[in-house]
Amino acid sequence: MSTQKSVAQRSMGLGLRALGALAGSPALDKLGMRKQTEKLLYGATKNGFKAATAASRSFKAAQGLSGGPARQSATKAASLFDITPDDEQQMLQEAVKDFASEKVRPAAGAADAQTATPAELLAQASELGVNMLGIPEQLGGVMQEKAAVAGVLIAQALAHGDMGIAYAVLAPGAVATAIGMFGDEHQQATYLPDFAGESAPAAALALLESRPLFDPLHLQTRARRSGGEWVLDGAKSLLARAGECELFVIAADAEGLGPALFIVESSTSGLSVQAEPAMGLRPAATGRLLIEGVRVPAGALLAEGRREVYAECVQRARIAWCALAVGTAQAVLDYVIPYVNERTAFGEPVSNRQAVAFGVADIGIEAEAMKLLTYRAAARADQGAGFAHEAALARRLCAAKGMKIGSEGVQLLGGHGYVKEHPVERWYRDLRAAGVMEGALLV
Amino acid sequence: MINLETPKKFRPLVDQANQVAKEVLRPISRKYDLAEHTYPKELDMLAALIDGMNEGSDIGGAGAAGVRRSADAAGAGENRNGSNLSTVLSIIEMCWGDVGLLLTMPRQGLGNSAIASVATEEQLQRYGGRWAAMAITEPEAGSDSAAIRTTAELDGEEYVLNGEKIFVTSGERADLVVVWASLDRSKGRAAIKSFIVERDNPGLKLERLEHKLGIRASDTANFRLENCRVPKDALLGNPTIDVKQGFAGAMQTFDNTRPLVAAMAVGVGRAALEETRSRLANAGIEIDDAVPALCQHAAAARFLELEADWEAARLLTMQAAWMADNSKPNSLQASMAKAKAGRTCVDVTLGCVELCGSVGYAENELLEKWARDAKILDIFEGTQQIQLLIVARQLLGKSSAELR
Repeated sequence: MSTQKSVAQRSMGLGLRALGALAGSPALDKLGMRKQTEKLLYGATKNGFKAATAASRSFKAAQGLSGGPARQSATKAASLFDITPDDEQQMLQEAVKDFASEKVRPAAGAADAQTATPAELLAQASELGVNMLGIPEQLGGVMQEKAAVAGVLIAQALAHGDMGIAYAVLAPGAVATAIGMFGDEHQQATYLPDFAGESAPAAALALLESRPLFDPLHLQTRARRSGGEWVLDGAKSLLARAGECELFVIAADAEGLGPALFIVESSTSGLSVQAEPAMGLRPAATGRLLIEGVRVPAGALLAEGRREVYAECVQRARIAWCALAVGTAQAVLDYVIPYVNERTAFGEPVSNRQAVAFGVADIGIEAEAMKLLTYRAAARADQGAGFAHEAALARRLCAAKGMKIGSEGVQLLGGHGYVKEHPVERWYRDLRAAGVMEGALLV
Repeated sequence: MINLETPKKFRPLVDQANQVAKEVLRPISRKYDLAEHTYPKELDMLAALIDGMNEGSDIGGAGAAGVRRSADAAGAGENRNGSNLSTVLSIIEMCWGDVGLLLTMPRQGLGNSAIASVATEEQLQRYGGRWAAMAITEPEAGSDSAAIRTTAELDGEEYVLNGEKIFVTSGERADLVVVWASLDRSKGRAAIKSFIVERDNPGLKLERLEHKLGIRASDTANFRLENCRVPKDALLGNPTIDVKQGFAGAMQTFDNTRPLVAAMAVGVGRAALEETRSRLANAGIEIDDAVPALCQHAAAARFLELEADWEAARLLTMQAAWMADNSKPNSLQASMAKAKAGRTCVDVTLGCVELCGSVGYAENELLEKWARDAKILDIFEGTQQIQLLIVARQLLGKSSAELR
């Protein structure tokens, strides 16, 4: 009973946070929505379990639609083996590394405890442009060519600071990238300018559903045809900042098409969110999205529901989660090295013992391997080569070794690793996510 | 620019090595596994062919000889794919064919790598084109190569070598044996040097050949050195005992050869995975990249796990070789590659035998042979434990005195 109560409390907390965010939103007044929203939130607070999705801004297609969607081009196929990022990637990587060590890491403990990432941190990350990688240049983006490798380098650097904050920061970019990569010119013109602009909306790419042995190719969320529209029913799990999202890209099994992606604005009737705090990724304020008779126009379907587009989306998400696992695994390594060198037992540093030293060596070896597999999959994606196989191998390795590294990180600190004075227990909880999450991020 | 594919310019070489492995090595693989200690005469022609491939080629060949760090690297900051990477790639292909046969390939021995790594230009000229085996291990000194007891005493214009060497790969068949010996046992590691001994030197006495778990096509010899006299200039590299440099000189060889042994492990592992994938497909198990491993048949999930580890070993190996080509210090990455590839090769081949059941276990197929061959790859050129020690010391910033 007591646990139920606490779930309810946390859920109400989410509703209140959404209220706080909305209360100051001029968009509400502009749209004449304040009253309606207040009512919804009141209901949410009263019954505790359910909250309204955030009100979405008015997304309108910009003028001057050109013929055909804008697309980033593939990079030129490199002729030589190389593990050095190019100059542009190195600059991005350095900027994000600094941000991760100066801002993200110091904020991580509190964000974990409060189940929220500070708004100013999100704003600062947004200023770095980390979520604009998938937006074509013509629509206000910064990258002319496909940028999966750049996305991986950024995700890795952010997750070295904290995986949960990285998830909170990068989740909206997944929606921008999905629309940039797969959207038609109308969808791009409607949504991408906002993501390229100064106050990019929170948004979520919703694939994961709450059940054991979830397979993203077999969805329980359905989309049936009704007149010229689609009607969606189902639920999605562990979305970052679910209560703040103004836009969703929702995966559903579409009648006659199979698994497909739909663009759904948060104000659409029939959407609601529940808090769904988890073992880790807590700074991302994870929540569940309930989808009940949600009607969207035919134009909400991405890429005409082509199967290969959906499959590519699944694979790109897996690469992104691998990149987070790589960054956090490296954080573990960097943290345990000075610890085992300084901690003494039996009259000498514990790192003088092979049992301890070999544990460190294995973390180093497997983290390096995780990195190389992830880079290979991302580089192939940028080159326009097939990468399903490489992504699957990276996923397998990062899920298994990432968790092993998380566990070893706690083990090497012993009892001290188990308490919140050190971050290794948080990384232990976060690293489990790499084998669990589907969708949600995109490179 | 990040790209982890096989470079285009090496693809013809890789195809050629694969062709050789398929047409020449695979057909005689079982024959020489059963006929241990019989020289595979088919290799003579092949070795000549490989010499031809290496002739005047910048990109190395199918053997272990091409790992000298060349000074003619590309300009500063320019990415280079050279002989270390090409050699690793061709070894993977050849060992997909048969690792035992590769180990006994004339003129491609690890002794040749030692010569390539530390010889002077003059020595390179003198010993070029000859087959060199490597003699380090002694009955009382395995992983602890600093503990070797074989001595080398200067007597006029000659060194006199005395001691016992075991586990010398290709020791019977090679033209030369690179022998590690101490100039002065009181001076420790720094005094250990390598000497080139002609195989027909009367002081180099073949004691016996080993009977082994695997790599039976390759002969493994034990020698006694009895007042074995070699000319003064048979000492490889620098004869001065530099206590500061310590073991580094002799150990330099290993930074170059460990990726090669890792490559052998990658090749054997791929052979087992390919065979198992097709056998599973015949049994109705297709491995699906799109579906989460745990939503697939247990055999498919296990296969994916093995393949992911194998891919990790492969990329670590390529990385270590690439670093050598670009004159980046790679002793950490070389040991990471060797550690990961050695253990993975054993896991993969044994896992494949299990997945294939009695098909894997019986001698009708090569799966059981690969599983036997695999184990040596986690032992020679530095055991798993030695690699972990090297990796740990580097990561932790510890000396060999602190972390023993």
